[in-house]
Amino acid sequence: MKLTGAEAVVKSLELLGVTDIFGIPGGATLPLTDALSRTEKIKYYLMRHEQCAAHAADAYARATGKVGVCTATSGPGATNLVTGIANAYMDSIPIVAITGQVATSVIGTDAFQEADITGITLPIVKHSYLITDANEIPYLFAEAFHIASTGRPGPVVIDLPRDVQNQVINFKFPEKVNLPGYKPTIRGHTRQIKLALEELMKSEKPVMFIGGGVVLSNAHQEVKKLAENFRIPVAWTLMGKGAFPDNHELNMGMIGMHGTRTTNTAIMNCDLLFAVGVRFDDRATGNLKRFAPHAKIVHIDIDPAEIGKNVKVDVPIVGDAAIVLRELNTMIENNNLKKTNHLAWVEQVFEWKKKWPLKTPDSTDLTPQFLISKISKAANDKDLIITTGVGQHQMWSAQFIELNGPRRFITSGGLGTMGFGLPAAIGAQVGKPNALVIDIDGDGSFQMVLQDLGTIARYNLPVKVVIINNRYLGMVRQWQELFFGKRYYAVDLEKGSPDFVKLSEAYGIKASVVSSVSELDEKIDEMINHRGPYVLDARVKEEENVFPMVPAGASLDEIIGGD
Amino acid sequence: MKHTLSVLVENKPGVLARVAGLFRRRGFNIHSLAVAPTENPNLSRMTIVVDLEGKPLEQVEKQLHKLVNVLKIQDFLPHEAVERELALIKVHSTKETRAEIIQICDIFRAKIVDVSQDSLAIEVTGTEDKIDAIVSLLKPYRIIDLARTGKVAVSRGRK
Ligand SMILES: Cc1ncc(C[n+]2csc(CCOP(=O)(O)OP(=O)(O)O)c2C)c(N)n1
Ligand SMILES: [Mg+2]
Repeated sequence: MKLTGAEAVVKSLELLGVTDIFGIPGGATLPLTDALSRTEKIKYYLMRHEQCAAHAADAYARATGKVGVCTATSGPGATNLVTGIANAYMDSIPIVAITGQVATSVIGTDAFQEADITGITLPIVKHSYLITDANEIPYLFAEAFHIASTGRPGPVVIDLPRDVQNQVINFKFPEKVNLPGYKPTIRGHTRQIKLALEELMKSEKPVMFIGGGVVLSNAHQEVKKLAENFRIPVAWTLMGKGAFPDNHELNMGMIGMHGTRTTNTAIMNCDLLFAVGVRFDDRATGNLKRFAPHAKIVHIDIDPAEIGKNVKVDVPIVGDAAIVLRELNTMIENNNLKKTNHLAWVEQVFEWKKKWPLKTPDSTDLTPQFLISKISKAANDKDLIITTGVGQHQMWSAQFIELNGPRRFITSGGLGTMGFGLPAAIGAQVGKPNALVIDIDGDGSFQMVLQDLGTIARYNLPVKVVIINNRYLGMVRQWQELFFGKRYYAVDLEKGSPDFVKLSEAYGIKASVVSSVSELDEKIDEMINHRGPYVLDARVKEEENVFPMVPAGASLDEIIGGD
Repeated sequence: MKHTLSVLVENKPGVLARVAGLFRRRGFNIHSLAVAPTENPNLSRMTIVVDLEGKPLEQVEKQLHKLVNVLKIQDFLPHEAVERELALIKVHSTKETRAEIIQICDIFRAKIVDVSQDSLAIEVTGTEDKIDAIVSLLKPYRIIDLARTGKVAVSRGRK
């Protein structure tokens, strides 16, 4: 079959199961864009900014488990993707970014719209390619998708010079890829798994500690099985939210800076930390020297470089979380093992949970915490996906939205990218057309990407956006209040922010304001039941703070608030 | 402390940048780096001498392993490997000093590879220490140019 390079890209994408692609075209991707116009199998979502294209692809991957695909032209199109690629890299999300490049004959001459995107993205990709011969397209695309989606997933960049897109080739798709330097360890070492089981049996104060790796490997059922079978309390990182049901009695809540008192106290007192798919980020661990001081640590992760990176591990297990836990659960079942030596600890945890529930503030004003907990209640029976920006509203969403399944909380964890929420809602909605997708956003975060309301309007995506409008870069303001003598500087958004209702209406999107508790239920219902997109400008109390809080660098028992 | 890593990589464009960039990003200092194709033209060997400055080597090795184009990493302890470096040294010489310089070269089994009225070009191979030693002996004669390859290494014995 004779195809041009551009057609070969499209054919390869089809064969790889791609059905949706987010992007903006340009001079260097004209042949590719034209080839994409001639396929029925792939829908092109025209975005308003390439950063949003990358975030949408990222959230699409998080919501569906498939590889997300985005595209941009050379030069500024490609550099606009950079934040999105870095975001996917930090959270280990499988995306493939296809960029146009100037023709091979002029690469290196500072040609019009030339940028060395494979060079620029080197430290933030899992792998990247500059394809200089179209004959390599089918193989390298297969390779790229394989690398993006296996092992510890991550972003892959494919740079396609314009002449390569026009080169005619004989298309042949590879049956499999062969990468001598890339062989992720999937199965855990049985001896290590046995050791982990021994530690579990011995432990009188165990804590299971789960993160994004559990979501990525679809290990949530194995986690639940283990937790329930042995009755082990579960703590989670921001990236692990939903992987263990929030409404489960054994769920202790989030760890770290804005984690629950129960979880952080349990971490400081446990004798075994059974960590699955986590990377011991500083926002999660606090002061590493005093992290889980009495605990032996079992660490299951697919990336050997994560094991021992930040904490000393007693039982390292390299492997896919689901497969390792399945083997462990099978050992437990086959030997009919029961665990009871830790039940006093479980009771202790339940007592803490009762003593330190996350509470919304006692206030007659519309507080963001109360609003978010109301959204949670109203949407509880729905097929709910929450996306967020970055800041206080993100932490409150993690605290007050109840989610009982994985891939439902889509947030920028590692990079902390303001502006992720809106394009993430687009990507999640495209991937899950029947889900109720709510972007709980900050007024600051939203304004970094609001142009993509245009994308929502264009495709009539029934995304709901709740702007937690506190007229502040709230999280920065909180730090200025607590650690910089309340000297607020460069955090006030009151002046210069638009009327969000008028703005949304200008895009043809239904919108409304809520500013008091009395009208809250009605407004939330209206939003949830509205068939199309909806923006709710929630004018909340301005100077609320996120508590509990473990200040940066403090240890997890130095908790402010929440008691 | 300095450590020698021998890294077998696929001979593809950009691999050097990936490896060098990784060292930089993880905060490791490359002391020297030598790279060239192996007997198999699809593969290159990089010999990297890294300045650990008290940091754990394990992390950088694990990160290196994650690069798709990296096939094998050997971490040599000094007695496990044959290590050599080559230097070309151009040194100022006069009628009076030429004989002395040639005598130093003899001691180090260095070769004179170019002679002019007022200079000698010297080729010397050996361990880093040996090269440091000849360089310091030649310094008083005024070194005009010095080019060192950086260390290359292979393991001892059959493995
Ligand atoms: C792109 C980007 N720029 C700056 C920051 C630093 N930052 C972290 S939170 C925050 C404030 C966010 O304000 P808003 O979106 O209104 O959320 P709020 O904290 O008020 O809920 C800022 C500026 C960031 N995380 N990302
Ligand atoms: Mg705000």
